[in-house]
Amino acid sequence: MNGFKTVFKRELKGYFSTPVAYVFLVIFLFFAGYLTFKDRFFETRQADMRIFFMNMPLLMVFMVPCTAMRLWAEERKSGSIELLLTLPITVGQAVWGKFAAAWTFLGIALLLTFPMPITVAYLGSPDVGEIVTGYLGSFLMAGGLLAIGCFFSAISKNQVISFILTVVATALLLAAGLPSTLDYLAKVLPLSVVSGIESMSFQTHFESMQRGLIDFRDISYYLLLIVGWVAACGIILEERKAA
Amino acid sequence: MISVKNLRRCFGPIVAVDGISFEVKKGQVLGFLGPNGAGKSTAMKMLACFLPPDSGSGSVCGYDIVRQPNEVRRMLGYLAENAPAYGEMTVGSYLNFICDARRIYGAQREPAIRRVVKRCAIESVYHQTIETLSKGYRRRVGLAQALIHDPAVLILDEPTDGLDPNQKHEVRQLINQMAKDKCMIISTHILEEVEAVCTRTIIIAQGKILADSTPGELKGKYGCSLDEVFRKITQRKSAG
Repeated sequence: MNGFKTVFKRELKGYFSTPVAYVFLVIFLFFAGYLTFKDRFFETRQADMRIFFMNMPLLMVFMVPCTAMRLWAEERKSGSIELLLTLPITVGQAVWGKFAAAWTFLGIALLLTFPMPITVAYLGSPDVGEIVTGYLGSFLMAGGLLAIGCFFSAISKNQVISFILTVVATALLLAAGLPSTLDYLAKVLPLSVVSGIESMSFQTHFESMQRGLIDFRDISYYLLLIVGWVAACGIILEERKAA
Repeated sequence: MISVKNLRRCFGPIVAVDGISFEVKKGQVLGFLGPNGAGKSTAMKMLACFLPPDSGSGSVCGYDIVRQPNEVRRMLGYLAENAPAYGEMTVGSYLNFICDARRIYGAQREPAIRRVVKRCAIESVYHQTIETLSKGYRRRVGLAQALIHDPAVLILDEPTDGLDPNQKHEVRQLINQMAKDKCMIISTHILEEVEAVCTRTIIIAQGKILADSTPGELKGKYGCSLDEVFRKITQRKSAG
């Protein structure tokens, strides 16, 4: 536990001691707002955050790998991994500590979009439950994507390669749930396989959270994703730390 | 305090460490001497529980390096080659991070930090970020990190590499001061360092131990300077 807390604390402080985090936050918040208003928020004349959350997956596919790519690639490249792993901290504690710090950072980024719900509340009377579950879904999705990013960050010492691999993997998982993809696949594959693919995609589980439902299947999907990919990250790290 | 039996480690087809065995007791400073690529760093990484050995066993203060790595890391102070650290942290926050990791809390923390800062002479850079420090200072910060929990065992990988003569002298002084009540392994290329600091020497080449003795004995046996002894032993090995 101590190892986890130490790494978590260091990472989180580290985020805010360089300009990179602030640049990231500004870009994230800008696009979160811009995409919402560009997609006819005012024209729709509805006081809800549907359009905001609709754009979340796409936004996250680019922004989460940005946060994730430096998690382990940097450590391996600069050699500080040798320092970290010769302290009395297990690999598991280190991996989860870094993941938790990055996830907290993304959570802070989401919290900083608070002007959006305030705007919506001012303009009308939105369904608060939907907004809360929308944020929860976004936070969980961010965690899932981050876990994938964690894994690919441990695979390469080069941050750019980690970034690209993560974007490709997350885009695939996201695209797997889009109606156009599923329709196409339905022509080629049996229905059971297609519905299997659908239940593995981000889009499906995110959408149901958006609609105000907290379904155990969705939460467990994200948690399994996170546990699986972060554990894989730990395994890869053990194999490759000295290489 | 350190005991190693038939440690072996390969990286793919390359055998980095090929069945080495030795022991180090308290009060001894063991010098690992060898050409580049001999397996010195790999052996030290295995002892510091950074890399697991492919076969063989080792123990530090009675804790097994394969089965009880966290206990070993707790007993050990390790300075890796090139003294890695988190560049964006200041020296002060870095040492605090190490204290967190080594469970030095509350009332014990300040005196511990003050002690190593004084010993490694890094007061002047305490508030600077590590990436802005010169190599010598970075090395000293690395040394401070290895000493902060007052470990019984120290493993230092090329501690004076790249330092200027004055800094080399200071580090060697430090090692001499600590030698009496600690057990140390130091790897080096610098033969005068071996004579200045080490009470025992192991010469390694191509993953195997070629000599395990004291600097004085080696010089006596071969009747020449340590430089020549080194050359004779390591080149005989590659020729034969």
